[in-house]
Amino acid sequence: MNTLRIRDLRLGFKGWSGAVEVLHGISLHIAKGERVALVGESGSGKSVTARIVLGLLQSLRSTRLSGLVEFDGRDLSKLSERERHALRGTKMSMIFQDPTSSLNPVYPILTQFHEVLRRANPAIAVAEARARAEKALADVSITDPARALESYPFQLSGGMNQRVMIAMALANEPSLLIADEPGTALDVTVQAQTLRLMREQVERHGTSVLFISHNLGVVREFADRVYVIYKGRIAEQGPTAALFGNPRHPYTRALLDAVPRITGEGIPEIEDASEAYFAPTVVHEGYGEPEGVA
Amino acid sequence: MPPVLRLLAKRLGTSLIVLIGVSLLIFAIARVIPGDPARIALGPNATAEAIAALRERLHLDDPFVLQYGYFLADLARGDLGISLYTNRPVTQDIADYLPATLELVLVAGLMMVALGLPLGVLSARYRGSWIDHSVRMVMLLGVSAPSFVWAVILMLLFAFYLPLFPIAGRISDSYAISPVTGFLLVDTLIAGNVRAFGNAAWHIVLPAFALALSGIAQAARLTRSNMVETYERPYIEMAKSYGFPEKRIAWRYAFKPSLIPSMTIIGLDFAAMLGNAFLVEAVFAWPGLSRYGVAVILRKDLNAIVGTVLIISAMFLIVNVIVDLLIAFINPRIRHSQRAS
Repeated sequence: MNTLRIRDLRLGFKGWSGAVEVLHGISLHIAKGERVALVGESGSGKSVTARIVLGLLQSLRSTRLSGLVEFDGRDLSKLSERERHALRGTKMSMIFQDPTSSLNPVYPILTQFHEVLRRANPAIAVAEARARAEKALADVSITDPARALESYPFQLSGGMNQRVMIAMALANEPSLLIADEPGTALDVTVQAQTLRLMREQVERHGTSVLFISHNLGVVREFADRVYVIYKGRIAEQGPTAALFGNPRHPYTRALLDAVPRITGEGIPEIEDASEAYFAPTVVHEGYGEPEGVA
Repeated sequence: MPPVLRLLAKRLGTSLIVLIGVSLLIFAIARVIPGDPARIALGPNATAEAIAALRERLHLDDPFVLQYGYFLADLARGDLGISLYTNRPVTQDIADYLPATLELVLVAGLMMVALGLPLGVLSARYRGSWIDHSVRMVMLLGVSAPSFVWAVILMLLFAFYLPLFPIAGRISDSYAISPVTGFLLVDTLIAGNVRAFGNAAWHIVLPAFALALSGIAQAARLTRSNMVETYERPYIEMAKSYGFPEKRIAWRYAFKPSLIPSMTIIGLDFAAMLGNAFLVEAVFAWPGLSRYGVAVILRKDLNAIVGTVLIISAMFLIVNVIVDLLIAFINPRIRHSQRAS
C-alpha cells in the first residue's frame, strides 16, 4: 500500500487581485518505505505540497484546494481539522532547512522533545520522556545525550541540532517523514554526515520519505525515485538512476546541466524559462505519474 | 559567583554610577532655577538679615563644588537636609509620601502586565479576526490619550455618573489604620482588618487603572507585534507541523521568545509611571510623592527637590535592574553568556 498518494492536486491562493494558481495538478505517490525526492527550483511548489500533506494550508481561508491527497489510505480532505491535526507529529513529521532556527531558542531540547513525545502519548511523564529522548539521541550518534537534552539550541552546533531534529522527527515512529531541504543551512560535510544518519534511521524504521530538495547531488544519493517539479507541474518522474542517466524532459536536462561541476567547467548558462519547459507531461508518454498506480 | 549574582552586581554597580551622575545634575539644575530659595521660604516680609542667615545656613553662598561636597557628606549619613516647605527632614517627608505613590504605581504595573500581556497574546493568536481588531482599537485609544485625561474620564464615568468607585483618597476616613509599611493594602492586612483592605483596594482601582492604561495598551501592542513576528519563525512552523496544541504554541512557544524584546519597554513604562503619577494623584487627591515633588519645585525647596528626584531615580534604576534580571531569567542566551564573560 502507498503511504502517500496525490492525484491531480491543485492549489490556488485568493488574494486582492483575484486567485492565483500555484499547483496545476500534481500527481505523485510514495510506496511504504520508499524514499521519494521532489526536485525543483525555488517557487516551483515543493514546499507548499509538503504543507498540504501536513494539513497546514487547509485551514487558511485564502487557499483553494482540489484533488486527492491520500495518506495511509485515508483521504485527507474527508478528515476533520481535528483528525488531520491528530496525524501531525505522530503519523507524519517534518525536518526543516535550518535545524538551529527550527528549534525554539528559549526552551531546552528536553522540553521540546517532551512536547513531541506528548503528541503520541499525552500522559507521558518527564522521566519517561527523558529516557526515550536519550535513547533516540544516542541512536543518531550524539555522544552525551543527557547533556544535549539540558542544552539550548544555541549551545549546540548546527550538525548536533540537525541530529536532534532527525531524532525528534522519528521519535513517534511516523509512517511518513517530510524533509524540506534538510540541512541546506549546514556546511557540506556536516550535511553529508547528517544525511547518511537520516538514511540509516529511516531504513531502520521503515519510514517513507518525501525528500524536498534542489540539490541534485544529494537527491541522487538519497532517493529511490525522483519527481521533477517545475512551476507547479510535474515535469518528469522516474527511478533515480534512470532519471539521472537519461533525462528526457527539457527542464530536467536543464536542471542537471545547472549543477556546477567540480572539474571547473564554469558556471553553466541556463535560460530563465524555455517554452519547452512547459511542454505538458501527457504528451511525453511515460514521463509523468503512471496511470492506475495502486 | 553564580552568573545571576554576577549580573546583579554589575547592574547595581552601574546603577550607583548613574545615581551619582543624576544627583550632580539635579543638584546643579535646582540651583540654576531662578529665584532665591531663602527669600521664597521666608516670605515677602523677611528682613535682609534673616535671609542672609538662612542663606548662610543652607551654604548657598559657598562655591558650587563645596555645596555639593556638603551634600554628599550629608547623603552618606542618610541626611537629605530639612525641607523649607514642610520644615521637616526631607527623608521624613519622603518616607511619608513615597509608599502611597509606590503602592499606586505597583498596582498599576501589575495591571499593565496582567492585562496588557494577555491582550497582546490574544490579539496575535487571533490576528486578523474581530478579537484582534477590537483589542487594537481599544489599545489605540489607550495610547493616544495621556493618563490624566483617562483619570478625569474614568472618574466622571465610574465615580460620578455611575458611582461604582470612590471619587478620591486612599481609604475612607472611618478606618484608622496605624502605618507600618505605609502601603495601605499591606497595613490593613497586618491590622487584620479585611473590610479596610477591601476599602483601600476599592479606592486604588480607578487611579491605578488610569495610570496603567497607556502602559497596558503599550504592552499589548508591543506583545502583539513581537508575537506576530515570532509566528513567522521556523520554530513556530516546526511546532505547528508537529501538531503542538495551538494554545500551547501561543502561550508558551511563541509568547516566551516574544516577551524578551517587550520586557525592556514594559520596564521603562513601569518606571515612567513614577513620574506620570503626579497628575493622576492630583485628580484623585492621592497623597503621594509626586504631588509633594511638584509642590517643592514650585517653592524652590532645594533639599526636597534633590531628595525627591534622587529617590525617584533610584526607584527607576531599581526597576531597571529587576527588569534586567527578569530578562536574563527568560532569555537563556543572556543567562549563559554571563558565565562566559
